[in-house]
Amino acid sequence: MNQYLERIYNGIIKENPSIVLMLGMCPTLAVTTSAINGLGMGLSTLAVLVFSNMLISMLRNIIPDQVRLPAYIVIVATLVTIVDLGLQAYVPSLYAALGIYIPLIVVNCIILGRAEAYANKVTPGLAAFDGIGMGAGFTLALTAIGLVRELLGAGTVFSMKILPDVFEPISIFVKAPGAFLVMAVLIAILNAAHISTAANKKTAGCDGCCSACAKSCGTEEKEETKE
Amino acid sequence: MNTSLILIVITTALVNNVVLSQFLGICSFLGVSKQIKTSASLGGAVIFVMAISSAVANLLYTFLLEPLHLEYLETIVFILVIATLVQMVEMFLKKVSPAIYQALGIYLPLITTNCAVLGVAITNVQNNYGFAESVAAGIGTAAGYTIAIVLLAGIRERIDESSIPVPFRGAPVVLLSAALMAIAFMGFGSLSL
Repeated sequence: MNQYLERIYNGIIKENPSIVLMLGMCPTLAVTTSAINGLGMGLSTLAVLVFSNMLISMLRNIIPDQVRLPAYIVIVATLVTIVDLGLQAYVPSLYAALGIYIPLIVVNCIILGRAEAYANKVTPGLAAFDGIGMGAGFTLALTAIGLVRELLGAGTVFSMKILPDVFEPISIFVKAPGAFLVMAVLIAILNAAHISTAANKKTAGCDGCCSACAKSCGTEEKEETKE
Repeated sequence: MNTSLILIVITTALVNNVVLSQFLGICSFLGVSKQIKTSASLGGAVIFVMAISSAVANLLYTFLLEPLHLEYLETIVFILVIATLVQMVEMFLKKVSPAIYQALGIYLPLITTNCAVLGVAITNVQNNYGFAESVAAGIGTAAGYTIAIVLLAGIRERIDESSIPVPFRGAPVVLLSAALMAIAFMGFGSLSL
């Protein structure tokens, strides 16, 4: 398979960041109260991820190894600020719905994780396609989870009424506990289907920890390549 | 004045619990909650860092970003300051109090990019909190985080000994416990403060 297309397949199916790698759990749980919010968050992250991957790949020979993490954080934070201001100007309704989770894309471990694990080793083209693949996988997962929660919790899909009035919406699904509930059932289904995810492997990539991700994930992968 | 500070602490700790209703710091909440002892230490480290970072972020915003009209740089400035601050706290503790460092030290790097720390700093700015209010919000939020993670660790220590349907072992049962805790914490929403 073409290596660029392989990156996109890898991001959406094989290493889907939300469902297989279990990265970026905070936005996955927080903004999926409706399908449109999940889609908006996914696309914002996709935009940041594509450009951060590309920039980091372009600068990979210039940034000294010792200060690479602070440098990546500055690049990512700048891109997030651009997205933040852009959404505020052009899509104020979405901006209001996503609120604090837009600036928090900075600490989304998918972004630093990809920078460490992939983008700083390959050419800008491949890194950009990796960003598109990972971003698309994240967007699809968030939209799907948002769809389920919106359907069960409000009886609508993309704000259109789908279920008949007989169905009483189970409003807990659009509240905080619903996020944990849907995610728990989703992983249980994957487990039952024997689909391997970070959640059921003993050596979870980052032990589900955003902060450790940039450090431990990257070093682990480096150690693996050494072996 | 004092009552409003207490109000902020109670609201941020219980009513708007950072983990169970705002979904910040989920990663360490799920990752480091296997034992009560370690999660309590992590909670202590978070309280420490969040109080200091809320204070520093507030001072920076009030005395640097606002006078220079650079409010739009808050995300970049806050994340860098928090990352540096955690490093400095780590070095300071190592030098001044090896005992505290032994207890909290290994958790400090984990907190660097804990989204809750950045989240509190940004929320404080959005709410136009002053210095004292920011620190109160930082301590309250961190206390809420500690309560949640210690409770979850307690539940998980029990879960380890019970038999669970195979597909639900591991992450799903932890998420289900968190869901039940979130339902319980929704009860605090009806506190009339």
